[in-house]
Amino acid sequence: MNSAQTLNVVVTAIEQVTPLIKHFTLAAVGGDPLPAFSGGSHIIVVMHTPARAHRNPYSLLGSPRCLDRYEIAVRRMEESRGGSHYLHDHIRVGSRLEIAHPVNLFGLDKIARKHLLIAGGVGITPILAQLEELQDGSTPFELHYAVRSPQHAAFAQRLRERAGASLRMYYDSENQKLDIDALLSGQPLGTHVYACGPAGLIDAVVATARNLGWPGSHIHWERFAAPPVGDAFEAYLARSQRSVRIPSDRSLLESIEAAGVEVPYLCRGGVCGYCRTRVLELDGELVHNDHFLSDAEKASAASIMPCVSRARCERLVLDL
Amino acid sequence: MSAVFKLETFRNDFSFRNSPAAIRRFPLPFAQDEYMYSVNIEPHVPGARDSVLEFAFDVDEHYVAECRERELVLAEDPRRFQALPHMMSAQWDCLELLMDSLARDYPQYFSLTKTGNRWRWINRPLELDQSFIFGDARSLPRAPLDYITRQAQGDFVLMDQREGDLWIEAGMVTTQADWSLDFDLGMTFKEWHGPVPLAHELNVFDRALKYLLNLRIGQPVRRLNWTMTVHPRLDTSPENYPQWGPDRAAVTAENAGDLVHLRVELQGLWRLPRSNAVVFGIRCYLISVRELASIPKWARRVHRVLKNLHPALVDYKGLTRYRDAVVEWLAPYDDGAPTSPGAAPE
Repeated sequence: MNSAQTLNVVVTAIEQVTPLIKHFTLAAVGGDPLPAFSGGSHIIVVMHTPARAHRNPYSLLGSPRCLDRYEIAVRRMEESRGGSHYLHDHIRVGSRLEIAHPVNLFGLDKIARKHLLIAGGVGITPILAQLEELQDGSTPFELHYAVRSPQHAAFAQRLRERAGASLRMYYDSENQKLDIDALLSGQPLGTHVYACGPAGLIDAVVATARNLGWPGSHIHWERFAAPPVGDAFEAYLARSQRSVRIPSDRSLLESIEAAGVEVPYLCRGGVCGYCRTRVLELDGELVHNDHFLSDAEKASAASIMPCVSRARCERLVLDL
Repeated sequence: MSAVFKLETFRNDFSFRNSPAAIRRFPLPFAQDEYMYSVNIEPHVPGARDSVLEFAFDVDEHYVAECRERELVLAEDPRRFQALPHMMSAQWDCLELLMDSLARDYPQYFSLTKTGNRWRWINRPLELDQSFIFGDARSLPRAPLDYITRQAQGDFVLMDQREGDLWIEAGMVTTQADWSLDFDLGMTFKEWHGPVPLAHELNVFDRALKYLLNLRIGQPVRRLNWTMTVHPRLDTSPENYPQWGPDRAAVTAENAGDLVHLRVELQGLWRLPRSNAVVFGIRCYLISVRELASIPKWARRVHRVLKNLHPALVDYKGLTRYRDAVVEWLAPYDDGAPTSPGAAPE
């Protein structure tokens, strides 16, 4: 499959919704409707900065029924490699951006008897769009949303309107704890759980559900890993016959792209498995940061997800 | 193609024929003189003018006759259309895809006006004019997929995506090569393809499934598949096997050119945006062996493909009883000359 076709959009509104999160509204340049999407979808936002190109995934949080605009929320990352800072500091109303068509890796299961939605912080974004699909009331749901304090509760008003009595908020600042074990223990058969937010929250939900015997097919989560920084290294692309230097603050995928070699990708966050690349030679170790490969696959070092993973080695040869 | 819609039948007197123009645009699935399975999926991008690939959905001279044939099949067996309850949003997605595409590509036949959710659909060849509310199933005379696929050539299957798999959970299937929606409904992708020989060992379905799970909105893909059918019969279903199965015993080396038809499926796959489901379109093209042989390259090509076809495929495609007769009928047309690469007539 060829890489993403992109759409040109213009920023029509920016709102600071918490001290750390900005809410961007985008519309197609020319005003045509944007492509339809399903709740849980993300887009890739392509940012061409003077130094380099960033391609970051952001969940669509607006209603799938309103295609005159897309909405995303961007948390300012402390250890940003530049993407979120660029959006926060340089993008204004009227700025233009390039985005890829929506892709959904976190959709609601259509045969679930009940949906249990658990969000922490900016992880609320895909769930906002999912809530729109639950508005017909045909499937019961609960939404549990944990944030640092009331001022960090992004989109609280919209959540109250969409979720009503099904919404429960938890504020760290007021010592309100989300008891995941109690929550998951009390669910009827046929419930699907969806977690999005900080790694600790997702890990706890997944581990608790598994311990309680939930089938794997009923446990869903989405965690976009930002490509972590690491040691610089070098890779040799066997089919393209060229060497690529990967600086410490750029991902392997970005570095390969900068060298003019195309790698198919979808999520750029270690989730979908689409950019999985065969490792032909390695004299050190891979640093796997994805959530796609199994532990056994990671240990075998036969393949790597270049969107988020790196290597500690003298020589890495890839089948590209 | 600019079509004059023909009045013809796919049953009883079998008056179906291809015009010379329809023969030349027939999607021959053989790019070489031999055939084996492969993951032959390519982007479904617009093809050459007047070819079957010019538009997302090809409307040709058989359009009206095929829609009438579908009505006949459904009148006898309403279970050829089925949709599980959770597939309603995918049904609307599919209706929108078909209406948008047909109105865009064939404005002389179809028009669609949207005022918010209030839509008006006009189908001139079938003389239909329907106003309805998009998303409100009560505003259409039938379920959305049922409604629109009665106005389309080819079968349509909707696959829900969950648990890392595709589940066939809705469809309109009346022009099928011996498979049953009623039997397969609710199966996963690989269960559905369970009977196909050889391909599992080649990991064709593992790779195809992985590819389709990542299918993107706005980037459909396609492939060709084929078999053969005695008479130009669209509905070769397991349900009606007693009606068409015995026909195979009637083929001889003398009548094979007229009785036997190459049956080619142009299969298209689209990601549906609101439901995140995938629609699998299976468009059936029929051509008699005699019509095929009017193109010298195709006569040589098809003769060689059939002669050397893997025995397991001969069996699976149901050709066992009459493959030799067709090969014998085509033999005089094959002088042993080389064929040019690709499937084009010449």
